[in-house]
Amino acid sequence: MIEVRDLHKTFHGEKVLDGVSFQVRPGETFVILGRSGTGKTVTLKHLVGLLQPEQGHVRILGVDIVEERGRALQAVRQKIGYLFQGGALMNSLSVGENVALPLHEHERKSRAEIRRIVAERLSWVELDGIEGRMPSELSLGMKKRVSLARALVRDPQIILYDEPTSGLDPITSNTIDALILSLQQRLHVTSVVVTHDLHSAFHVGNTIALLDEGRIVAMAPPDAFRANPDPRVQAFIQAQ
Amino acid sequence: MFIASTGSWILGASQGAGHALLLLLRTFLRFPSLWFRRGSIFTQMFLAGVMSVPVVILVALFSGWIVALQTGVELRNYGAHQQIGTLVTGFMVRGWGPVMTAFILAGRVGSAMAAELGTMRVSEEVDALEVMGIDPLSYLVFPRFVSLALMGPILTIYATVIGVASGALVAIYQLEVPWGVYLQHARAAVEQKDVIAALVKASTYGVVVSIVGCSQGLRAVHGAEDVGRATRNSVVVSFVMILILEYLISWAFYGAPEIFGGLR
Repeated sequence: MIEVRDLHKTFHGEKVLDGVSFQVRPGETFVILGRSGTGKTVTLKHLVGLLQPEQGHVRILGVDIVEERGRALQAVRQKIGYLFQGGALMNSLSVGENVALPLHEHERKSRAEIRRIVAERLSWVELDGIEGRMPSELSLGMKKRVSLARALVRDPQIILYDEPTSGLDPITSNTIDALILSLQQRLHVTSVVVTHDLHSAFHVGNTIALLDEGRIVAMAPPDAFRANPDPRVQAFIQAQ
Repeated sequence: MFIASTGSWILGASQGAGHALLLLLRTFLRFPSLWFRRGSIFTQMFLAGVMSVPVVILVALFSGWIVALQTGVELRNYGAHQQIGTLVTGFMVRGWGPVMTAFILAGRVGSAMAAELGTMRVSEEVDALEVMGIDPLSYLVFPRFVSLALMGPILTIYATVIGVASGALVAIYQLEVPWGVYLQHARAAVEQKDVIAALVKASTYGVVVSIVGCSQGLRAVHGAEDVGRATRNSVVVSFVMILILEYLISWAFYGAPEIFGGLR
């Protein structure tokens, strides 16, 4: 479903990705762990074509999105939901308008139908009845959940999470983790989660990968990952 | 050091000009989405145009008064103050009306566009649009572009009429020029070509203000400092571009009869 092969990316002469490769199977939750600044978000942005690699390929749902631009890329993006680190809600739109935005732009549905879908997606993220509120009135945790509702509004096949629990208190973090799990069970979506939160990673992931100095240095199911003797893996686990 | 900083400035200016020109070209290609974006276009027309009306009225009012008073007093010394209608109208229609309106739009609307789009870029809202498969140029730039291309001429007509009318107040009450004489000279001062030139200028300046504002905003990536730079640059670049274009369009209409003779 997702295939990343030999990805290289440099910013201002500094190598950020140095041959990242991995595959994500349908229905799997793939977690990319790593310290801050190791290229996790950069990797995630390559999966939706927000960044172009100097070398390497990204195949999403059978389409090489490094080669494709324009309509083909837009078509792939419409099957992907993306949860940004800070939510990235449109500040000039209300919560309801934010969640409805992809529907207004891409689908011909009646206002009543759109209202129904928006209310349903907000209830999935346990934020019923806040359609009229503005993003500036929400906490970071609520913004992330609204952003998740927006990502879900067109029934995506893939959801990408950029640091879903960063900046949140432990209880809200657990709520977000529970949401990720319940969405996977309910919708059977394929997920890629980028995080440095080990607790969250082991909670939601089927496969855990550790990104270090621009490379994937370990990749395994949670139990096998924990038992990996690689000093970089153990150092990361011990640190938390 | 001087050569390096000059070279860096030239490189930055060239990149900015290239980005703005490319943005203009790509925004033109969004015209098929005109009907779909009509709601956003009307919203922008209200925000950019209708909300600018009070400032335009105020500036036009004082512009008419100032030009009528300063030139009128001089003309009276030569006994030619009856001609004040010609001077005020010519000044407002041929030059100051479109330029003044464009300056107001650059300061009030273009800078706001740069700040708004810059903030959206920095807070990943533009990325979010792209990821949702929504074309940021169609969603953000095109409505602003169309709204200013339309509101520029409308506000210019407004400003020019108010400027000429306020000039009449000075002429009648301070220079003692009869209303009928003022009106007669004002009418005689304007040809069809002048009106066309003013509308072409106004629409062109509207396009410049919107594209410069959006281009500067979309190029902001590094936080609040970049947003501030984008806002400041949008005003400076727009002012310079408006003055350059004012000369070029005036030259095309009034200074190049061999090429544009048909317009005369």
